[in-house]
Amino acid sequence: MTQQIPTGDREDEIQIYDLHKSFGDLEVLKGITTTIHRGEVVCIIGPSGSGKSTLLRCVNMLEEPTKGRVFIMNEEITDPDADIDRLRMMAGMVFQQFNLFPHLTALQNCTIALIRVKKLDRAEAQRIAQENLEKVGLRDRGHSYPAQLSGGQQQRVAIARALSMDPEMMLFDEPTSALDPELVGDVLSVMRDLAREGMTMMVVTHEMAFAREVADRVIFMDGGVVVEEGPPDEVIGNPKEERTRSFLARVLDPTRVHAGDEDSAYAERHRSDNPELARQQAGTVGLNPQSTGIGRIG
Amino acid sequence: MTTITTTTSPKKKLSPRKRAQRIRIVQYIVLALIVVLAIVTVDGQAIQQVFFRPDLVVQTISPALGRAFLNTIIYTAGAFVFGLVLGTILALMRLSQVGPYRWLATIYVEFFRGLPAIIVFLAFSLLGTALKGFQFPFDPYGTVWTALGMVSAAYISETIRAGIQAVPKGQIEAARSLGMPPGMSMQRIVLPQAFRIITPPLTNELVLMTKDSSLVYVIGLTTSAYELTKFGRDMANSNANITPLVVAGFCYLIITLPLSYVVRRMEARQRKATR
Repeated sequence: MTQQIPTGDREDEIQIYDLHKSFGDLEVLKGITTTIHRGEVVCIIGPSGSGKSTLLRCVNMLEEPTKGRVFIMNEEITDPDADIDRLRMMAGMVFQQFNLFPHLTALQNCTIALIRVKKLDRAEAQRIAQENLEKVGLRDRGHSYPAQLSGGQQQRVAIARALSMDPEMMLFDEPTSALDPELVGDVLSVMRDLAREGMTMMVVTHEMAFAREVADRVIFMDGGVVVEEGPPDEVIGNPKEERTRSFLARVLDPTRVHAGDEDSAYAERHRSDNPELARQQAGTVGLNPQSTGIGRIG
Repeated sequence: MTTITTTTSPKKKLSPRKRAQRIRIVQYIVLALIVVLAIVTVDGQAIQQVFFRPDLVVQTISPALGRAFLNTIIYTAGAFVFGLVLGTILALMRLSQVGPYRWLATIYVEFFRGLPAIIVFLAFSLLGTALKGFQFPFDPYGTVWTALGMVSAAYISETIRAGIQAVPKGQIEAARSLGMPPGMSMQRIVLPQAFRIITPPLTNELVLMTKDSSLVYVIGLTTSAYELTKFGRDMANSNANITPLVVAGFCYLIITLPLSYVVRRMEARQRKATR
């Protein structure tokens, strides 16, 4: 691709060029190139160790890439002279382990960076924080400490904390992987609302039903490279690559024994004429696209 | 399938519970014997004359004792603040990316941890002679605070370093991802959590320092600057009886026992909070 770097297009919010990352001798990312546009929701799926979290963490430089360039809003964050702190504010980050500040209340978690970094006065910061806590359905929990909240509530506070900085885009690093199954729905519905509002999102996830429903584009990674990418109905619904198919088979139906006829049987099921059946197969139990509305919060 | 064969021992053994009960009874009997033996053999009158002479107890409890008690607290508290500040700086130096800072802090810590405190204090007492006309501000308090503080900073810095390293890496990542610069992340996010983790061990350090303050007499203090141990020793010497020193000892317990109690309470609360 002989593309100009960066494109300068305001619609290109995240641009990643030939990104490599090694930990010692282990090369985790082997040249990733992709662009994420304004309002686009991109879900990154793949087996553990495929480098998807590392890719996300390279976008806001929590990991320093070994090689390659990353642009946020057409500014290079990988540039040694870049104002990393300012660029990071444009990309809200949500972690698998929440990483709330345990010594601060939910409200203070949201206000601290507004007050200390953005230099807003306390009242204004609290107004913004409260607004975002209400948005994630935690109107009355502002004065609770993280330890007093459930995992799902903590993760929603973490989302509110990131939103309070008024970011251009949100990065989610397996946001539901550390949650008890019954708490996953609340977090996913907050993320779904965000996507509907047009937030640019990059989501590393194992929630295939969510990816299928919400994503504009799905990237399947394995072994540090992008194996397949495209609309969810293609990548998850009708994968072309052998590696994608076997991964999805394991994720969607973990009870299935690995056998020689696995791939043909899998393909057959997914070529099914019955769209409802296909959807059910793509979703985990009780969480197909039709029923994910349950657990919504007001 | 293998068949399980149970062998019944021919000798009839006591059940474990019965055995434990017997052992407990034997322990009580031994304890009772020791107490009886002590009461029979020890001359209570003699002990009282050596350690707790009533007239000397009354004589020791005086405004001068109060003054010494207060001095002990002032010396310890000031030195603790000094040690805390220097200890934090040393801990940050040991975690620094800059090699020479790490080396300097390591040398400092190893040096002062390896030396008997009394030798450091003796050296301090001669600083005025070595550096002509040099004097610490707020003498003698400044001198004591610096001497005791410098020794304790070595220990405190190791505690603080452990506390900083106990704060999960994700905390820094979350702070940095919100746009906080490294220094602010350390000050606002990591250090408050680190200090919460190390409050119990730091309070223990305070107990140790209270006792170590008994060594500062070697710096050479005037009567009004006496702390508990020096006061008790002086009085014990002039009366040829150790009773005043025993009274001084009890004064230390008045300080250290509540502190130890607070530490236990905090540790219990922390265990509950972390679940």
